Amino acid sequence: MSTTSTTQTLSSSATLEKPRTGTWDGGNEPFKASYGKLMMWFFLLSDAFTFAAFLTAYGLIRHRHLAYVGDAKEFVFSTAYWPIPEKVFNAFPGFHGVDLPLAFVALMTMILIFSSVTMVLAVEAGQRMDKADVQKWLLWTILFGATFVSCQALEWSHFIEGTEAGTKMADGSIFHGANLAMNQYGPPLFGDLFFFITGFHGTHVFSGLCLLTWSFIATTNGTFEKRGHYEMVEKIGLYWHFVDLVWVFVFTFFYLV
Amino acid sequence: MAHHVANTPTQLGEIPKPNTGWIWKTFFILVAITAVEFLLAFTMSAGTFRNSIFIVMTILKAFFIVAEFMHLKHETKALIWTILVPMALLVWLLVALVSEGSSIGEAIFNAFK
Repeated sequence: MSTTSTTQTLSSSATLEKPRTGTWDGGNEPFKASYGKLMMWFFLLSDAFTFAAFLTAYGLIRHRHLAYVGDAKEFVFSTAYWPIPEKVFNAFPGFHGVDLPLAFVALMTMILIFSSVTMVLAVEAGQRMDKADVQKWLLWTILFGATFVSCQALEWSHFIEGTEAGTKMADGSIFHGANLAMNQYGPPLFGDLFFFITGFHGTHVFSGLCLLTWSFIATTNGTFEKRGHYEMVEKIGLYWHFVDLVWVFVFTFFYLV
Repeated sequence: MAHHVANTPTQLGEIPKPNTGWIWKTFFILVAITAVEFLLAFTMSAGTFRNSIFIVMTILKAFFIVAEFMHLKHETKALIWTILVPMALLVWLLVALVSEGSSIGEAIFNAFK
């Protein structure tokens, strides 16, 4: 080994007097963010690719089908054209047979936005090292998140069961509700995209609930208090806001447009 | 770190007062945008114009969630661009494939007319 090399040579002293903080020694932090938070951002970016792929596929497939032309009041379900979302999603649990377009999905959207607010309140409490407040806001977030998933379960079961009238299919039979192969609302791919997009989002909400429950237990046990910071709550918060963000897009592209 | 979370404990064991004004402000903006979206869904007739309004409002909501709730506005410039550039490319892909979809539809339904 050459004598000009640095501290790794046997001849030099075994201990470093100072930590190596030069740019090429890894001493530079251009993003000024912790490793964990940075990795959460990159994970969320990759997750955004997946959701963008779903929504892009939705856009392509939808425009490759015929659109319904004519008065919205006279709209009837048919496999010949893409359905109008507010005619498909017009049921509200407890109001059987009443036409309430998009009311239930509006409620779900509000619940999820509100859970995002309680999450950011938990993060804020964590930055103040306020254990009781973190617990309180995490519990609220878990409650709203669980309510959202339950609402989605109701939405799915109604979509699968369908309306009493059903729709007359090409072979003359009456079909109610939806499965992956056919549905009463429109082309088969409409049902498939509904199941895959909202299902994938629901899976994310469920994973978030597991993380939140775990972080609530860890907060209660004082794990973060001992660690000296609540960065784990911040990281889970990033994930939770991302799930809310995805819903904002799903809501627009699936239910409004 | 952000300017509005800079309150540090003055004494050991003392918990500072919560600073939540900006959170509720962001929340009310999000609720207001969603309410307007619903209003438009029932008062305007469907079409490209209404859809563009919806998309602009969605991006506005996304901005508030990412900038304030996810704190991206207060991160370094490098991190902001690292997240935003790939997303901008995805939006390009989305627009490209939606117009591709209508071309495919056109080819299927109108080619032999």
